Amino acid sequence: MKNLFVYIECEAGRVADVSLELLTKGRELSNRLGVRLEAVALGKGVAALQPLMADYGVDTLWVADDPLFEPFRTLPHTAVLTALIEREQPQIVLFGATCIGRDFAPRVSSALHSGLTADCTQLEIGDHSDPKSGKHYTDLLYQIRPAFGGNIIATIINPDHRPQMATVREGVMLRATAAEKGAAEVREIAWREALSDSDLAVKIIEREVAERKIDIKGAAIVVAGGYGVGSKENFALLHELAEVLGGEVGASRAAVDAGFAEAERQIGQTGVTVRPKLYIACGISGQIQHTAGMDQSAMVISINTDPDAPMTRLADYAITGRVEEVVPKLIQFYKKNSK
Amino acid sequence: MEQKFQIVVLAKQVPDTRQVGRDAMTAEGTVNRAALPAIFNPEDLHALELALDLKSRIAGAEVRVLTMGPQRAAEIVREAMYRGADGGYLLSGREFAGSDTLATSYALACALRKVGADLVVAGRQAIDGDTAQVGPQVAEKLGWPQVTYAEQVVKVDGDRLQIRRRLAEGVEVVECPLPMVITVNESAPACRPRNAKRLMCYKLARTRSELLEEQSWVVERVEAMPELQIVELAAADIEPDMAQLGLAGSPTKVKRIENVVFQAKEAKRLTASDEELEALIVELMAAHTIG
Repeated sequence: MKNLFVYIECEAGRVADVSLELLTKGRELSNRLGVRLEAVALGKGVAALQPLMADYGVDTLWVADDPLFEPFRTLPHTAVLTALIEREQPQIVLFGATCIGRDFAPRVSSALHSGLTADCTQLEIGDHSDPKSGKHYTDLLYQIRPAFGGNIIATIINPDHRPQMATVREGVMLRATAAEKGAAEVREIAWREALSDSDLAVKIIEREVAERKIDIKGAAIVVAGGYGVGSKENFALLHELAEVLGGEVGASRAAVDAGFAEAERQIGQTGVTVRPKLYIACGISGQIQHTAGMDQSAMVISINTDPDAPMTRLADYAITGRVEEVVPKLIQFYKKNSK
Repeated sequence: MEQKFQIVVLAKQVPDTRQVGRDAMTAEGTVNRAALPAIFNPEDLHALELALDLKSRIAGAEVRVLTMGPQRAAEIVREAMYRGADGGYLLSGREFAGSDTLATSYALACALRKVGADLVVAGRQAIDGDTAQVGPQVAEKLGWPQVTYAEQVVKVDGDRLQIRRRLAEGVEVVECPLPMVITVNESAPACRPRNAKRLMCYKLARTRSELLEEQSWVVERVEAMPELQIVELAAADIEPDMAQLGLAGSPTKVKRIENVVFQAKEAKRLTASDEELEALIVELMAAHTIG
């Protein structure tokens, strides 16, 4: 019970950003609780992650270093992680809320009969008193997540079951190497004894993975458009503004559904989360499903014909006007003044 | 007798969280469920379509819907029947109240064992919780493999299915032995609409409890026609370990619920005039926010 696990998602030697974000948060929580931070990686050549794990303050790196684990398949990953958790008894286990984490973390939690909270946006340590039983709990993991379509924020706890498990959304937590390097002692998981033949029953027979071409998550400036942009042609103006400012183009779900922008650009609860230093919201009303993905932006400019659009409440600057009028002017004045 | 192949679709009736207006939240910051329309969870409709498509490709296949919820959730069983399902089950009772995903999955798995299933299909996630946990947890409870984010069954090959599934940055086709749990992504084909003939035929489909409120001619009609009987299951019918149901069987507890409030910033208001926009650009450049 003296450790916290972070599942490291990794393919072809590349670690998912969210796993590093979780190590950063995991280090902070481990320090607060006085426990060890332990990373778990399954895949080909994962022992080579040792130096990276040390940078992020990992005390122990558990590995199942075998090609069997790549590409990801639900059953072998579930069996091996479940067996390791049963043996090592971590008090907390964190996963990225990615396709992979959301696929097998529920299965692990069911096998362990412990609770799992999906898509957390915040993790904290705190106490809890049960008003019915009068029982007092110290140092629980507060798993904080939006629920009900983003209209409420719920704090979930697992008072009596261990481990406390959560998946965490990509991009919502900061990522930083640790102040002090960790030992990142590599330990081999006894994975062969955890697997049975039935765990290998599902076969991948075809796989087409495209490199992520559009990366709005890492952009310092995001120019995002909503349904109010009106057309794909008007969206081209946003691309032009993003290009001159050195930013990326994002979109609300309504704009993606209308075919104005690619799905990869979708920001919000069902898209990516961004935290740029400047977010320019063009014709975005500001529904909670969208703002959940951008409300950590350092500065927000809203361009909208409706001066009372909900986005105004998040904005530092609210420009009342039409996108196709304002955006070309912004481009013009930027070019003029940057000379 | 022809060998039947039972496909069970897990479906949930959910409040339409996409239609949340000002009256959907109470002054205390809790959700006013009554103000929201109750709908068939969108991805569960994609799941139904995938199941109906398979029914036409597997000899002797039947599609039934299983839903857990209050009495009015029988509406979505009827809705599924209008679109092509052969029937359905409503799992209902106060024992299930307060269930988290694990307790829900346990109850559904018990019900599935009871009614018998060769294949379970569910939507990836429900729009009121967005957890995507129930499908995989039902699979684990049944000891079956799972295929998540499915878009299409590309091939039925004896006791194996080849399924195309959506990944974060691509697609893959997996081959999985039956029985299994499939969860269906929103990128899968949309559900076929209601069929007018089926609507006429099944609009009288009722659960046992619903019949108590009906006129005698309806009761007689339903009793005479088994296909109009939506099977109602209570906790005792699925022979569960009661300790694993409802709030008591839920490891996760809600400690606190907060309404989402924006920290309302005082926005600086600008018009679209050249002077004001140029001043903004100059200000942002001076602060090195841009440039």
